[in-house]
Amino acid sequence: MTYLAKPRLHHPTLAKNRVGYTRRDYEGKISTLCAGCGHDSISAAIIQACWELDIEPHRVAKLSGIGCSSKTPDYFLGNSHGFNTVHGRMPSVLTGANLANRELIYLGVSGDGDSASIGLGQFAHVLRRGVNMTYIVENNGVYGLTKGQFSATADKGSKSKRGRANTDAPIDLASLALVMGATFVGRSFSGDKAQLVPLIRAAIAHPGAAVIDVVSPCIAFNNHSGSTKSYDYVREHNEAVNRLDFFPQREEITAEYGEGEVTDVRQHDGSVIRLRKLHADYDPTSRVSAMAYIQEHAARGEVVTGLLYVDNEAADLHKQLNTIDRALNTLGAAELCPGAAALEKINASLR
Amino acid sequence: MNPTDISAPDYFHKVVDCQWACPAHTPVPEYIRLIAAGRYSEAYMVNWVSNVFPGILGRTCDRPCEPACRRGRVEDETPDGRERKEPVAICRLKRVAADYKQDIRHLLPQPAAQKNGRRIACVGAGPASLTVARDLAPLGYEVVIYDGDARAGGMMRTQIPKFRLPEEVIDEETGYVLDLGVEFRSGAYIASLKDLLGEGYDAIFVGSGAPRGHDLDIPGRKEAAKSIHLGIDWLASVAFGHTTSIGKRVIVLGGGNTAMDCCRSSRRLGGEDVKVIVRSGFEQMKASPWEKEDAMHEGIPILNNLVPKAFTHIGGRLTGATFEKVRAVFDEQGRRSLIPTGEPDAHFDCDEVLVAVGQDNAFPWIERDIGIEFDKWGLPKVDAETMQSTVPNVFFGGDAAFGPKNIIWAVAHGHQAAVSIDRMLNGEEIADRPAPRTTLVSQKMGIHQWIYDNTVSPDRRLRVPLRDINVALKNIKIEVELGFDPQLAFQEAQRCLNCDVQTVFAPKLCIECDACMDICPMDCISFTINGDEADLRHRLSAPALDASQDLYVSDALKTGRIMVKDEDVCLHCGLCAERCPTGAWDMQKFLLEMTHAGPGCRNAGAPPPLPEPPQPPSPEQKPRARQKQKPAPAPDPQNA
Repeated sequence: MTYLAKPRLHHPTLAKNRVGYTRRDYEGKISTLCAGCGHDSISAAIIQACWELDIEPHRVAKLSGIGCSSKTPDYFLGNSHGFNTVHGRMPSVLTGANLANRELIYLGVSGDGDSASIGLGQFAHVLRRGVNMTYIVENNGVYGLTKGQFSATADKGSKSKRGRANTDAPIDLASLALVMGATFVGRSFSGDKAQLVPLIRAAIAHPGAAVIDVVSPCIAFNNHSGSTKSYDYVREHNEAVNRLDFFPQREEITAEYGEGEVTDVRQHDGSVIRLRKLHADYDPTSRVSAMAYIQEHAARGEVVTGLLYVDNEAADLHKQLNTIDRALNTLGAAELCPGAAALEKINASLR
Repeated sequence: MNPTDISAPDYFHKVVDCQWACPAHTPVPEYIRLIAAGRYSEAYMVNWVSNVFPGILGRTCDRPCEPACRRGRVEDETPDGRERKEPVAICRLKRVAADYKQDIRHLLPQPAAQKNGRRIACVGAGPASLTVARDLAPLGYEVVIYDGDARAGGMMRTQIPKFRLPEEVIDEETGYVLDLGVEFRSGAYIASLKDLLGEGYDAIFVGSGAPRGHDLDIPGRKEAAKSIHLGIDWLASVAFGHTTSIGKRVIVLGGGNTAMDCCRSSRRLGGEDVKVIVRSGFEQMKASPWEKEDAMHEGIPILNNLVPKAFTHIGGRLTGATFEKVRAVFDEQGRRSLIPTGEPDAHFDCDEVLVAVGQDNAFPWIERDIGIEFDKWGLPKVDAETMQSTVPNVFFGGDAAFGPKNIIWAVAHGHQAAVSIDRMLNGEEIADRPAPRTTLVSQKMGIHQWIYDNTVSPDRRLRVPLRDINVALKNIKIEVELGFDPQLAFQEAQRCLNCDVQTVFAPKLCIECDACMDICPMDCISFTINGDEADLRHRLSAPALDASQDLYVSDALKTGRIMVKDEDVCLHCGLCAERCPTGAWDMQKFLLEMTHAGPGCRNAGAPPPLPEPPQPPSPEQKPRARQKQKPAPAPDPQNA
């Protein structure tokens, strides 16, 4: 925690993106989280991803629940829309906002307590419905704000700071997301921005429900030996299945790759996720094999990271509901009140 | 790259750009913090120990520190030039310490209680000689300073106009030196070094300056001689009160600081139409940018790219001068040649001309058969570090050593010569130079509290308030700059980034959480795979393109990566250390003090005498130190 506001001075080479902003313009207030918190690294990754994607800050809505993780939207995208909701209820507020205005980019930020305990039902249903959003879980396995009790994502056998082992089975949010029908599922580590930033970029561009489970060590209560969510443990047990590069639709793909090393996943909007395989037998377009792979490795104590699953034919809630392709607040009286004839027609269809 | 050795004194010294650039290596951020804290006497003493003439330098220094200042690399600038990257006003803050200090005489060294029997002669009573005297006299050396003038100060007294440097400041600071038991023989011009050598001094220091102005041998020079003066001679004559007026129309030839002093003095002695005419372009002029600004502020135009061809006169009465118009062309080596543009010559009318086109060294008083060798430019052969000439016990310093430089270089030379003399007379090899003294102390007080003020001020450089121009131009003895008042000084001092508070990294404690990298406002910090320097510089968080600034490289961390910090634009805000969960980053104050003459500069010298406890001045002592009353803060239009 710091009292000093980050100086506005910046590196002389700090560049502007296509919409005229520097990376610093995507920052928020100074963080009040503990020094070294993984969440701050995730905030930095979100800032970097949004800058790289040339997103205009006013086109983003960031929503969160309650917890350390849910405080972080205050620390990035200071010029975007924000909504700090009730504990565990971020997904339904996000769903409503998305239905009302489909033109914004929705960023849900939550933690393991908010999403895997009080909000577990909301987590499941928002994915089932395929709301177009990027849902980032900042997962540290403990309740940091209440001094480090195990959360529902803590692994069985993982030790608390006082040395007590967790006896409950963990909820694996990535596996749950796969089961619930999320069309983009990734897992990453706050200490690996090279993996996390492209993953966030691809998730934002994904036209459906995208979930990234980010293991984010809690420096104060869950970074000791015996913990399975510490910097050291995750670094030692990180099984990255792929490295991805993300190319928005207008960007030409310039990087050179050896033959057979990469798979391209082209999304609806024309953007391309280029995956460099780290495991030859891993297929990120198969939901079933992804689930099996994650479970097999979890049984060995390994944390599988990377882009775990992507459905390049993803559709979202608006498509399923056949809603109008504009934000509701742009509709005029004529569209909202089509008149007696239209009502008569509807009534007739129901008789 | 190999891990950086932060124990080498030069490493952190280079990070303190101002101190590194200062010839005397004055610990600038240290005294600026003291000024901000209102501790002016202590700030003055930090200066006095290092540069001997804080009050004089605070008005006249050539400020090599300011172009080096990091603030001038990190501020924003606008394309229209309205907002510029500007350094901290280091020089004028130094003056604040001198203006507002209390009586500091009890803090100065005492004259030696016992002489050590060694006799040192100093030729010339300028800044170089006075520095030698200050360093050696308190150690017990019997120092005798010879000067042809009546009072000490050398060029500081004779060539810097009083409206920039009041007489009493010179009196005060030369007095502090002479009061250390130094013998000053005024009016004693040394006409023969051979004779002086014959007087049995153990060492002789030559600090006689560069006392001869270049002349301009063009047609009309001889005929109109009575209206054409050499700049430095004329300034001396003004300083001594021999010259009190000048013609209404004056042309100053030359583009250095002497030319600026000449033109501004002319404006005060009756010159109404004063102009400076220079061969070179405006940017290439030798004068410091602020001196040019000051001259132009006083209504003096500077005309460039004009080469003087002839003085025009009617029967010996000067009427003006003719100039050829040129343009500067630079060849591949960057050498300049002036090519005539072919336009018709320009003629400017005037009543008097001041020639300030350069200075030479002159040693008519040094016999050429006593072993002192000279190079082809007529400069003595002097070792750049020891200041020793080809006669082992004769040393040179200041302008006399390597040609015209400035006061702060003269002081630096004086310190070095004093070290050489002290070592030589203690039977030690003078080529071995003493290492500077350094300390590195953590500034941590609490989780987010530091001993230094780590907030980065967003303020732009403040301007020093000036006296009203109509008043200033009436009297050549009225100081034109008013100096910062305490409020302005505080505000300006807060712009200092405290570059001496170093970011010190302990790789063993680092858990690679990226917190420092994420928070750093300047993107200075990277964690990456090692590589050679050229490679690393291009793949950091932000490219490190300023090769003159070092990379701070750590040992390999747990993941095999290294931490690389580009020192170039670090704000020393301490956010990396505040955000570090393990204390791997710490902010530590690096204080470097040069080792001056005395037991500390010797390998096996006599044990240092116990320092005298400082005595407060006795009440019956009449304070002679200048003190300026703190004025009530008045908003000044100059500063708005």
